[in-house]
Amino acid sequence: MTYIGQSVKRVEDKRFTTGKGKYTDDIKLVGMTHAHIVRSPYAHAIIKSIDIDTALAHPGVVAIFTGKDIAAAGINGVPAGWQVNFKDGTTMKEPPHPLLVADRVKHVGDGIAVIIAEDLATARDAADLIEIDYEVLPCVTNPAEAVKAGAPQVHDNAPNNICFDWELGNPKAEVDAAIAASHHVTRLDLVNQRMAPNAIEPRSAIGHYDDSKDKFTLYTTSQNPHLTRLLMCAFVLGIPEHKVQVVAPDVGGGFGSKIFHYIEEALVIWASKQIGRPIKWTSTRSEAFLTDAHGRDHVTTAEMGFDKEGKVTALRVSTFANLGAYLSTFAPAVPTYLHGTLLQGLYTTPKIHVDVTAVFTHTNAVDAYRGAGRPEATYLLERLMDTAALEMGMDPAELRFKNFIPAFDGVTQPGYQTQVALQYDSGNYEPVLERGLEMVGYENFRKEQAEARKNGKLLGIGFSTYIEACGIAPSAVVGALGARAGLYESAQVRVQPTGKVSVFTGSHSHGQGHETTFAQVVADRLGIAMEDIDIVHGDSDSVAFGMGTYGSRSLAVGGSAIVKSIDKVLEKGAKIAAHKLEAAEEDLEYAGGRWTVKGTDKSIGFGDIALTAYVPHDYPAGLEPGLDFSSFYDPTNFTYPFGCHIAIVEVDAETGKVTLKRFIAVDDVGNVINPMIVDGQIHGGLAQGIGQAMLEGVAYDAEGQLMTGSFMDYAMPRADDLPSFEIDRKVTPCPHNPLGVKGAGEAGCIGSTPAVVNAVMDALTPFGIIKNLEMPMTPQRVWRAMHQK
Amino acid sequence: MSVKISVSINGKKYTSEVEPRQLLVYHLREALALTGSHVGCDTSSCGACTVLVDGQAVKSCTTLAAQVDGCNVITVEGLAKNGNLHPIQEGFKEEHGLQCGFCTPGMIMAAADLLQNNPDPSETEIRHALEGNFCRCTGYHNIVRSIQWAANKLKETNAAVL
Repeated sequence: MTYIGQSVKRVEDKRFTTGKGKYTDDIKLVGMTHAHIVRSPYAHAIIKSIDIDTALAHPGVVAIFTGKDIAAAGINGVPAGWQVNFKDGTTMKEPPHPLLVADRVKHVGDGIAVIIAEDLATARDAADLIEIDYEVLPCVTNPAEAVKAGAPQVHDNAPNNICFDWELGNPKAEVDAAIAASHHVTRLDLVNQRMAPNAIEPRSAIGHYDDSKDKFTLYTTSQNPHLTRLLMCAFVLGIPEHKVQVVAPDVGGGFGSKIFHYIEEALVIWASKQIGRPIKWTSTRSEAFLTDAHGRDHVTTAEMGFDKEGKVTALRVSTFANLGAYLSTFAPAVPTYLHGTLLQGLYTTPKIHVDVTAVFTHTNAVDAYRGAGRPEATYLLERLMDTAALEMGMDPAELRFKNFIPAFDGVTQPGYQTQVALQYDSGNYEPVLERGLEMVGYENFRKEQAEARKNGKLLGIGFSTYIEACGIAPSAVVGALGARAGLYESAQVRVQPTGKVSVFTGSHSHGQGHETTFAQVVADRLGIAMEDIDIVHGDSDSVAFGMGTYGSRSLAVGGSAIVKSIDKVLEKGAKIAAHKLEAAEEDLEYAGGRWTVKGTDKSIGFGDIALTAYVPHDYPAGLEPGLDFSSFYDPTNFTYPFGCHIAIVEVDAETGKVTLKRFIAVDDVGNVINPMIVDGQIHGGLAQGIGQAMLEGVAYDAEGQLMTGSFMDYAMPRADDLPSFEIDRKVTPCPHNPLGVKGAGEAGCIGSTPAVVNAVMDALTPFGIIKNLEMPMTPQRVWRAMHQK
Repeated sequence: MSVKISVSINGKKYTSEVEPRQLLVYHLREALALTGSHVGCDTSSCGACTVLVDGQAVKSCTTLAAQVDGCNVITVEGLAKNGNLHPIQEGFKEEHGLQCGFCTPGMIMAAADLLQNNPDPSETEIRHALEGNFCRCTGYHNIVRSIQWAANKLKETNAAVL
């Protein structure tokens, strides 16, 4: 039986469909208390006084801690994991992010006090009894405004609210000259609006201190429990790592927002020791909107130059990236190393320069959200391509064919060196667009569109051909870029004496289906049944170490670590088999779970070898007992999935309402282990990318109040907002990892957004080339664009 | 102050004392350890807490425990019989209608409500019926197919939804 390439049904689904999933909030510990966090209602204010006495006396309240207690305990703030230097080489501004604020709050939702009570309702009741006297200060929420002279300052040590400025690419003067010499220049001023990730499971954390063992346990909604443990122990609380177990049980979606180490995790751990009882904190959805790190939020000017034939001559990009009030774990990396480095796109653009100014504002932190930087890069590139095609009177598909990087496999041909630091591993870009055009029936569509226009119907088609950098990440490369961590992965393959296999992975599944996909890989490599394999993840006491799941890295990096350990198992197994079969190791072959002496019928099964390894009475001299191997895999490069997304929309000529009629996606994510799961990843990504284009957007008002603080105000796609998707794939294997996989988690979200917006622009061409219509494409905005002078 | 309620939950009778302000979802999760019904929002928008009360899908986060006194409540834990998945649960597995699983119980209960009233729904009808339930993972594509799979299975086996 071969499992790789099969749509094996998921191992996880029995527990999830029957209500037996175990999420953090489902966990109940003996003696557990409940925490509620009192948060700032103001974007910027001085805390003049806090009176907790009445609340503390409320029946059922166990303890209340404020910022003063945190400061008195000497607890550090939550650190950023990446460092970016200013252009002049000085280090970025990294203001402290305290667990609770004692003096000056910096965004609505900033934590001020934690109330711990016997039950949650009591904790919330007591919150009403805390009196806080504020002196409200002026605030700033827009990054382009925040850098202007006289803008309210978020931090004392970050003049003009600038965290860093940064550039990448060819020398600016060369790019300026190339733009100036271009036959045509397309310029767009774009807002890539702020997004709320909104995993349906709200964040939750349970802290438990066991004084009999002097040991802490943290249950948390995390995409990477080990990283959370490292940051919390070494940088925030200063407690020894071996005395802390971090468990991320079933996690209900992440999309980036559960990568980061949040203040609540450290708070419940620290406070549980103070009160001697376990503490659970679970976010409400309103708190999630206020405090789960947001995504995107770029204000950008982008210019692309073309020669007479339509070949791109240069790209110049200038971006203000809003980081919010505090630096979240990955925040500095997103608008820089994950955005600027992707501006080559799929095109042979010879000159590229990108300039990023990262800015503090009085808003919630912004960090990685599905795609993280790559959607922002793709959005500006692909909007430029379709807009340029309209301006130059060219076909947008034709313009892309003219500019694609020629195919290269990364094995017999070298990788493609971009102008923005990265080297693409393998690519073959024309086929994805060709297949997309075939699926959409392009020629027919243009006829249908022309016909529809005659009847006053506004049909539009939009393209996006994207590339992303996944399989995050080669430690040496990201170290040079400023990561304060390597981004390898670990895996332990423990063969039990009976030949059953437990696999411990540092990746974490929160919907991706690792328990199925990883087991498929292991089963095939070992030639045993999937039922004989158990995938263990998410517990720092079981899994040696791990960097977790994000950046479409689980299979490319985590899967490769598993393969390394399997290779070690088979290598040792062969030594034992050679001994048992009285043959030379090189005369053995392994297939179907058996070692066979080539050309004979002498063979021995995997199970027998496993038992021999643990009961080594008849055993090769000098070989250790046991069959259990760990590996760390550090990739040599990122992986580079790519694809073509095409949207067809109809705009209601009367109301401006946009209806997404069809969505076609042809993605190349390298080799595929489980097509059903990969398709599911694409679908979900598409919905999020389309959501950004059509519906979603976080909004703050001038006072820094969050206007979109609930599902009543923030429009996420529902089932009847979306069509069924038409998807296909091409396969260009990754040349540098053993599975040839590239990663599929973010592709849908990266490619789809500009395709939808481009389609709306195309539908609106009877009104001219509209360049000032920003996402989301609400009826009001579209109607205004149609009726502007 | 507390209120005494007597409720049938997944076919079993429970008599409990509840706070008048206690929401049904917290009663199920905290008092009865039925943690399959999830809380994903505080505005009755996400549907992760959907259960059937006297056969009708309701959001247990906006229903008071006291309101279901004398009612028949079915939660996601009450669908599988004798260790066999219910056809809707099977459909979600067969058609990959779930990823992280957090919205899944609510989706399944909303689907149960739909299929009771409309055994042969079109794609449009299914999408309309799921308006009260958010999923952030699947893009709904495979949820639609899961419910179609379940509808076919129920038809083939001539089985009632409940």
